Amino acid sequence: MPSLVEAATSQVGRKLLTGITGLLLLFFLFFHLAGNLTIFGGEHAMNIYSMTLHDLGWPLWIARIGLALVFIIHAWVGISIWWRRRKARPENYHVYSSKGEPSRQSLSSRSMAITGIILLIFLVFHINTFALGDTGTVLIDGREVSDLKTLVIETFQNPLYAFGYAIIMLLLAAHLGHGIWSSFVSLTMKSRKCSDLMYTIGATVAILLALGFLFIPLYIYFTGGCGAMIAGSQCV
Amino acid sequence: MGGSNMTIHLKIWRQEGPEAEGRFETYTLDQVNEHMSFLEMLDVLNEQLVTEGKLPVEFDYDCREGICGSCNMVINGKAHGPKRLTAVCQLHMRNYSDGDTIVIEPARAAAFPVIRDLVVDRSAFDRIIEAGGYVSVKTGSAPEANTLPVDQFNANKAFDYATCIGCGACVAACPNSSASLFTGAKIAHLNKLPQGQPERKNRVLAMVEQMEKEGFGDCSNFAECEAVCPVGISISAIAEMRRDYMKAMFDDN
Repeated sequence: MPSLVEAATSQVGRKLLTGITGLLLLFFLFFHLAGNLTIFGGEHAMNIYSMTLHDLGWPLWIARIGLALVFIIHAWVGISIWWRRRKARPENYHVYSSKGEPSRQSLSSRSMAITGIILLIFLVFHINTFALGDTGTVLIDGREVSDLKTLVIETFQNPLYAFGYAIIMLLLAAHLGHGIWSSFVSLTMKSRKCSDLMYTIGATVAILLALGFLFIPLYIYFTGGCGAMIAGSQCV
Repeated sequence: MGGSNMTIHLKIWRQEGPEAEGRFETYTLDQVNEHMSFLEMLDVLNEQLVTEGKLPVEFDYDCREGICGSCNMVINGKAHGPKRLTAVCQLHMRNYSDGDTIVIEPARAAAFPVIRDLVVDRSAFDRIIEAGGYVSVKTGSAPEANTLPVDQFNANKAFDYATCIGCGACVAACPNSSASLFTGAKIAHLNKLPQGQPERKNRVLAMVEQMEKEGFGDCSNFAECEAVCPVGISISAIAEMRRDYMKAMFDDN
């Protein structure tokens, strides 16, 4: 009988871990997108959202540490699978092609490791830009809170950021296009009908999520930060 | 033999031994009949090579009727060639056209070392079976058939998984060289049946461990294995394996 650690790091365990952490990260993305969309809320909606989160105190730290762990496990298992794959076939085929349906080989599934690694690198820059970014302050109900909204609007005036983010979000769509369905398969979804339905749902959710994320930087860039959808913003 | 003849160009992987450096050799056959099987076409090539005093192309085969699983090779990048649910021996030359070039490579995986040309050593599969792909039964006279009831649903499922012929196409086609479909099918086949219950737990744990030891890669749910499997085993076999593994870990019975 293997120990729990041995089981978790076995080929079956690794796949279950990727699936579970993948789904948790998907939930996080929904939450993150909802937070992002507060930029289209009232004048102070985004800053109130950010303030409310920060006011949580220690539960926020637990969530942050938990999220970091989930990211690390997902990335570590993913990279280890990719690493083993190189060892498992030292000499590649000179000619290789998929046999098609019911295969799920696609640009999306074949590039999971690459899109994953780019997203991981992006994450570091992303945290540095916004979570650790230098915000000014703004007065809300007599209280001085950090002005995340202005930082976001200013950042995406830079075409490098606006289009860079948009492209990364397309990679996110590619990663999730296979990833959402694959999570369910890893967590032992068996029936063919469920699988086919889930593939469509997964790909649709992946595209919608990515569109939601990439709309914000592009909107801010093309409207110069003073579009009608953003209440109370001054053109910078 | 009726049917039309065609010219086929072949690009075949030749490798003199496990340690030798391999390379492609090209051959041209002028009189390939459309009714020939793929292996018969290779037989014609080998006769031609032997007549010329050259070494024939080594390839595995046994039954030539799609049930032994020996003949797996990778044809134009696809394990068992272009047709679904068809082993190489059941593939016919009518699937090709006059003047086609066909590239033939052995199954490539660290766990399947090349012995010679298109022949690979698949004994890694045997060792996975030895780890748990068996049932222990009392010897002696055959038991009364109805003493062990198997419901129709599970009997059908078990049979679906039991159709695995161990050809290794799943490994050959998997971008990760994973043996999950093979191992999953072998586990699910026995774990679905009452005869398989006493060793159910050890079976899945031991076979999964052995699969990893042999150097097969991880499953990434590409499902390419299902597409190339000559008997059409579904990736649900892999889900069964994952479920059984979890049950074995967390279920005390």
